[in-house]
This record gives sequence, structure tokens and C-alpha cells, in this order.
Amino acid sequence: MDFKDLVFYGLAAILLLAGLRVITSRNPVHSALSLVLAFFTAAGLWLLLQAEFLAITLVLVYIGAVMVLFMFVVMMLDINTEEMRRGFWSYLPAGLLVGGLMVAEMLLVLRAGDWDLPEPAALSAGYSNTKALGRLLYTEYVYAFELAAVLLLVAMIAAIVLTHRKRSGNKQMQAGLQVKVRREDRIRLVNLKPQKPETGSDTDAGG
Amino acid sequence: MDAMLAPVAELLGPAWLPVWTLVKILLIVLPLMIAVAYLTYAERKVIGYMQVRLGPNRVGPFGLLQPIADGIKLLMKEIVIPSGANKGLFLLGPVLVIAPALAAWAVFPFTDTLVLADLNAGLLYVLAITSMGVYGVVIAGWASNSKYAFLGAMRSAAQIVAYEIAMGFALVGVLLAARSLNLVEIVQGQAGGFWHWYFLPLFPLFLVYLISGVAETNRLPFDVAEGESEIVAGFHVEYSGMAFAIFFLAEYANMILIAGLTSVMFLGGWLSPLPFLPDGLPWILAKMGFVLFLFLWFRATFPRYRYDQIMRLGWKVFIPVTLVWIVVVAAAMQTPLGHLFH
Repeated sequence: MDFKDLVFYGLAAILLLAGLRVITSRNPVHSALSLVLAFFTAAGLWLLLQAEFLAITLVLVYIGAVMVLFMFVVMMLDINTEEMRRGFWSYLPAGLLVGGLMVAEMLLVLRAGDWDLPEPAALSAGYSNTKALGRLLYTEYVYAFELAAVLLLVAMIAAIVLTHRKRSGNKQMQAGLQVKVRREDRIRLVNLKPQKPETGSDTDAGG
Repeated sequence: MDAMLAPVAELLGPAWLPVWTLVKILLIVLPLMIAVAYLTYAERKVIGYMQVRLGPNRVGPFGLLQPIADGIKLLMKEIVIPSGANKGLFLLGPVLVIAPALAAWAVFPFTDTLVLADLNAGLLYVLAITSMGVYGVVIAGWASNSKYAFLGAMRSAAQIVAYEIAMGFALVGVLLAARSLNLVEIVQGQAGGFWHWYFLPLFPLFLVYLISGVAETNRLPFDVAEGESEIVAGFHVEYSGMAFAIFFLAEYANMILIAGLTSVMFLGGWLSPLPFLPDGLPWILAKMGFVLFLFLWFRATFPRYRYDQIMRLGWKVFIPVTLVWIVVVAAAMQTPLGHLFH
């Protein structure tokens, strides 16, 4: 077993452990953090396969953006784990059925392929993973790629439209109007003649 | 240099590579820590003079030993862990803040040969690593079990996520111009005098990147995550002693990193401004010093932004500006004027 295998088994063990912690830990924040760790180790595994673009994108998108928003929401929830676990035994058969089906399907798919693959050819020195992927995405698979992009856009707009409620009586600041304000709109300078206070009215002030 | 080290390499055999890499890492991290210490000194001096004060001048000549005295003071203090805090995560927070601030330096090109890891996707690596810094802040705020810390963490997370997008898009413009994700190649694409540097064709992106960099490091005028007058000190209000010092170190290390990246992406890195002058390390240090001075200058000049204005600036001004300019650059590259952009 060479060094690479050692790294692989190390990362795989951490990944499995983190995955387990996601579903077993009692605190949802701990679960979310375990998921972050799982993503990070998965990125490490991809790096072992020399897929540096995919690995870095996984970190950038899932850890840097998606999970931050997850944490954002999860941290603000006040979840009572006792109540969450109350119906555990009654849900268990249905959960086992779904899980079992998924395992069976995955086994069918995985056993169908020929997994006795040859070692990949050594990459030339100037090979850029990013460039190769980009070229493929924007030539051969350009329609599928654009379709996926449009689908995401539609989903995003739909999510905004479905959840956005306009409240009545909501006061908002108009930054444009604020910037446009000139001194003359707010202040009127009045030229007052200097006046002498009437004598006698404040004579008892000194007393 | 390599010839000089060859006997040592032979002596250590297969252990040579990890040992030599560790030495290189130390050669980056130790000067960085010293730079952080003296950046705090420079900050106090610069702002002092801008406000017609003297700044620190008691410890050592011109107060030069002040950062060391501060460091020793922080080391001697007790680290208090609040009784209601989530202890493990409370201690993990500072670690997660400082680790990305240091790890990002792995791909930083000081010169074309002086770089620890010359990655093909160096730019992406920097983006990915720096995007993880927000976890430390969020975890620190949550694990402290304090309302002020939690509010600071929420503010910080929203702000960092917003400005990260603008920064990422600004860098997309750079990689369009350089046609590469490799930081060394990005600098080499700017060769031939300061009028070839990317800050000119990509001027809007340069401004967006610089200002977002200030927001990303939670510096004034965007330091609502700390907001002493509103939420005491934000996410690190419960931290003391060395744990607090690590947040401080990370903030300044991040400042230096942003200054370095601005120099590499927009100001020609180690290249000299005029073609007949020799290139080299002093240039990039001078450029970083200039950008860092801008950071201090901003702090002395501008009042703190209101929170909704920060969000508006990030989402409604910077992101549209970068999107428009990316389209402009990409379209201009297909025209006869394309050579102006790279």
C-alpha cells in the first residue's frame, strides 16, 4: 500500500464518520458542521483523482456558499430534539423501506458497469483540468449546459415569487432620493436683522 | 541555492520534501506574523498622525516595541470560557478564522519563482479558501451563547457572503483578461509597464475589488460585525487573551492577503512600473504597502456605514457593476479593440 492509498483510506474514514455525525448528532449546528467536514473531505478525495477544478468548486460552492446559508438558518432555530425524536419508532418502517429501495437501486446500477478500469494515462505537463472541462461544457454539451442554467434561473425566480410577501405599511428608504437631496431642499437661510432686546423685560434676571 | 542544499537533501533522503516544504511554509508565515504585528503599529501611527496625535511612542525608540509588548500582554491573560458556551466550538472558532487566512498564502506568487505551490487553478483556490473564513466568525458568535456575539456573527455572515460574490465576479474579469487561473501567469500577462496592468482596462472591477476587500475583512467603514457602539464588539465579545489575539491576527493577515491579491491581480505583482527598471520582490512589497496604507486611510477618513446601506452597496451596486463590466470585457475581446484588455 503506497502513500496515496493511505491518504485515500484516511479521507474515506473521515468522510464516513462525518456523514454518520450528520444524522446522529443531537445538535443541528453540529450536524451542519459535520456536513461541512464531509464536503471538505470529499473535495480531498477528488483532488486525489487529480480533478482539481471539481474539488475546488465543491469547496467554493458548497462550503463557501450553500452551507453558510444553512448554518445561518439552523443557528436561528430553536429545535427541541426530544420532540423531534418522539415519532421515531413509528416512522422507522417507512424510512427503512425507502432507504432499502435506494440501496437496492444503487447496487443494481453499480453492478451493471464494468469496473475493471485500466489506470488512467499520465497527464502531460501543460494539461489544465479547468480548460478541458470548460471546452467540453461549452462545445459538446452546450445545450444541456444552457438548459441547466435556465432551469436554475427559473427555480430561483420561482422561489422568490413564492416566498416574497409585500407587507402593507412598510416604510422603505429610497437611496436615490436620499442621494439627490440638495441643501436648498432642506434648509432655508433667513436673513435676520440684528435686534436689540427690549430693555426692562429682563431686569430681574440679574437679581 | 539548490546546489547549496543538495548535500542536505541527500542526507535526509525521502524525508527531504516534507522538511523543505515545512521550512518554506515557516519562511512565509513568520515574516507574515511580524508584518501583522507591525501593521498594527503602522495603523496606530498613521491614524495618529492623521488625527494630529503622536500614536504609540513610549515602548522602545519611536514606540517600535509596542506590538511586542501588546503580544506579551495578550499571552499572559487568562482565556475565559463562558459557562453557557459550547466549549469545543468556542475554541474551534479562532482556529477556523486563522487557518484560511494562512492557507491562502500557499499559492501567493511573491515573484515568478518564489511561490510555494504554483497551482493551475490558483485563483480558484484562493477564492475557495478565503470563502471558508466566515465559518470561524459564525461559529465563534454562536458558540459564545451571547446575544451580542450572535448578532455580530449574523451581520458578519450576511456581509461576507454578499461581498464575496462581488469579489468573485471582479476576479472573473481578471481571468478573462489573463486567460488563465494561474496567479503567476496572471502577473506575467501584465508585463510591459504600468499601462499594461489590469487596473486600467478593468478599472470598475479594481474599485469593486478594493472596496469589497475592505468589507470582506470587516474593516472600517464596513465594520458593523464589531460595531462597538451598537453590539459591544460583535462576534468576539466573549473572547479574551490569546483567543482574542488570534481573531486580531487573522483580521490583519487577511488585510495583508487582500492587499497582496490586489497587487497581483490589478497592479502587476512583482513587475516594475517602467519597462527599463528591474522586476523583483521589492515592487510587490511596495504595492502591498500602498494598498495597506489605503486601508488605514479609509479607517481614518470615513464614518461607519449603516447596515442596510452596506447591503445595498453590495447587492444592488457592486454586483450589477461587475456583471456589466464582465460582459463589456468579454464582448470587447471579440472586436479589433480586444488587445486593450490583455
